[in-house]
Amino acid sequence: MTVSKIWVFAEATEGKVTNTTLEMLTKARELADTVEVVTAFGADVAGDVGNYGATKVFNVPGTEGKLLGVPIAAAIAAAVEAGNGPDAVLLATSYTGRDVAGRLSVKVDATVITNVVDLVERDGGLAGVEPVFGGATDVVTKFTTDKLGIFLVRPKSFAPEESGGAAASVEDLSFGDLGASGAAKVTDVFVEEKTGPSLDEAAVVVAGGRGLGEKDNFQMVEDLAKLLSAAPGASRAIVDAGWVPYSYQVGQTGKVVKPTVYIAAGISGATQHLVGMKGSKNIIAINKDPEAPIFSVADLGIVGDVHKVMPKLIEALKAR
Amino acid sequence: MNVVVCVKQIPDPADPGALDPSTKTLKRDGKLILDESDSYGVEMALQLVDTAGGGEVTLVSMAPNSEVGGLRTALAMGAAKAVLVSDDALAGSDALGTAKVLAKAIERVGDADLILTATESSDGYTGIVPEQIAELLSLPSVTFAKEITVEGSTLKVQRQTEAGYDEVESPLPAVVSVTAGVVEPRYPSFKGIMAAKSKPVDEVKIADLGIDASSVGWAGGGQEIVEIAQAETREAGTIIEDDGESFTKIVDFLAELKAI
Repeated sequence: MTVSKIWVFAEATEGKVTNTTLEMLTKARELADTVEVVTAFGADVAGDVGNYGATKVFNVPGTEGKLLGVPIAAAIAAAVEAGNGPDAVLLATSYTGRDVAGRLSVKVDATVITNVVDLVERDGGLAGVEPVFGGATDVVTKFTTDKLGIFLVRPKSFAPEESGGAAASVEDLSFGDLGASGAAKVTDVFVEEKTGPSLDEAAVVVAGGRGLGEKDNFQMVEDLAKLLSAAPGASRAIVDAGWVPYSYQVGQTGKVVKPTVYIAAGISGATQHLVGMKGSKNIIAINKDPEAPIFSVADLGIVGDVHKVMPKLIEALKAR
Repeated sequence: MNVVVCVKQIPDPADPGALDPSTKTLKRDGKLILDESDSYGVEMALQLVDTAGGGEVTLVSMAPNSEVGGLRTALAMGAAKAVLVSDDALAGSDALGTAKVLAKAIERVGDADLILTATESSDGYTGIVPEQIAELLSLPSVTFAKEITVEGSTLKVQRQTEAGYDEVESPLPAVVSVTAGVVEPRYPSFKGIMAAKSKPVDEVKIADLGIDASSVGWAGGGQEIVEIAQAETREAGTIIEDDGESFTKIVDFLAELKAI
C-alpha cells in the first residue's frame, strides 16, 4: 500500500452521495489500507460510502446554513493538528470541493495537486496525474514534503465499483471557532427546473459553440437534444459570451462528460474543450473548418455549415 | 466603496502553450494579456463602485518581468490604479504561493470593502486561489458568484450550484469569485486607453510585502513534476465533406449506436 490512510470528502445532492465521491472511494481502496470519509451529511451517507469501501464517516455537525468550505476545512485541519488526520485527502473538483481544498491548504500550509485524473505511486508516496494541453500530455506531480497530501480529483476519472462493505460507523468531527471567515450564510436555495437528463449523466450530449453564429441559433442544439433525449452542452466561448449559463459548459473549466454519443455543433475544439469530452465513446462533429481540432477526436466528422446540416438532421429525426 | 480585483496576465490563449523541458513549467515568454476570465470581475467591480456612488477599483497582479500589458487593459476599462508584484523569486510559484503574494498585496492596498477574483485562471485553472486568499486574510468568501449586490455593509450573492443557485449573505469585507459571462465587460474607450497610460502602477518586490523568498516560488512549492508523458490518443475517424446529404450519415451512425 502506498499510504496508510486516505480521507475522501463526501458530497451529496438531494440526499444522494455524488458519483464522484463513489469514484474517489473506489480508487482510494486500491491505494490505502484505511479509507474514511469526511462529510456534512453524516448517517445519510454511511450506507453508501460503506458499500464503496469506507469504514468510518467523520461527520462535521453544525454546518446548516453555512457554505461548507470553511467548516469542513477547519474540521480536517483540527484532526491533522491533533495527529488524527489522514496521509492524503481526496476532494472532487466541484464548487464545494475546491472551496474546502483552498481553505485547507492554507490551514495546513500545504500545496494542492489539482485537476487530477489518476492517482499513482511515486517514490513511496501518492502522485497525481494531470492532463495539460487539452489532454495531449499528462504530467505526474508528487509532493515534496510530508505534509497532508491534498488532491482535487476531476469527476469521471475512475469507474465506481462497490466493495460490498457494511455501513460505515459515524463519528463527529468538530470545527471549533470559525471567526470572521465563517460569516457567510446561505439564506435561500434555488433549484433550477430541469427538463431532460443532466449533462453529467446523459447518454447523449449535444453541444454547441461559437460556430452557431448567434445566441438564437443555440435553439438548434436544444431541439436536437430534445429529439435524442440528450443533455445540451456548450463550449466555454459561448458561455463567456453569455449565450447559455455556466452550468452548460463542457471542458477543462466546466463539466467533464463521457456519454455514449457526443455531438459537437460549431465547436472548433479548443484544448480547453477537448479535455472535457474526449473520453466520450463516440464523437460526431460538425464544423466548417476542416482544420478544426475537433476532427482529431471525431469518429464521424462533417466538414460543413452547421446552419445547413443541423436543420436537416433535426427534420430527419422528427420524421422518424 | 473600494473594490480590489485580482487579475492575472497570461500568455495569449490563441498561442498554443508549451512546457519548458528543463523547469517543467509553462513557458512564459512573449507578451502577456489580461486573462479574459478576469474581465468579468473588473466589470462587476466598476458597476458596484458606480452603484455605491463613490470609491474606486484597484487591481492587484503578480507577473514576471514587470509586465503591465494586461493591467493597462483593465485600467483602460476604468480601474483607478494597480499594485504589481514582480520578482524573480516568484518563478515556479504554485497556487498557495500565489495566494500568499496576492493577499499581502491586497493588504498593501488597504481599506478594501470587497475583493473580487475570477473563479479560475485560463492558463492554470487550479480554481483554489480565491479561497486561499480569503483564508490568509481571515475573511468570509463566496465562490462562483452569478450576481452581486451590496446593501450597506452586507453583501448578497447568487452562488452557482450543481442544482441551481444559493442566495448567500456575508458581511463585508469579503472575497468573491465571479463566474465568467455573468456581466458584459465594457470595451475600453479611446479616452480610457489614453488615460490608462498615466494611471499609477505600484510595482513591488516580495521584500516590500514582507514575504520570505523561501515561502514562494520553487522554494515554497511543495510539489514537483516527476514525469511528462504523451496521453493516449483516439483513433482517427471518418471525416466527410457536406454535400447537402451528409446528415443521413449522422442519422445512420446514431441508429447504429442505438441512440435513435
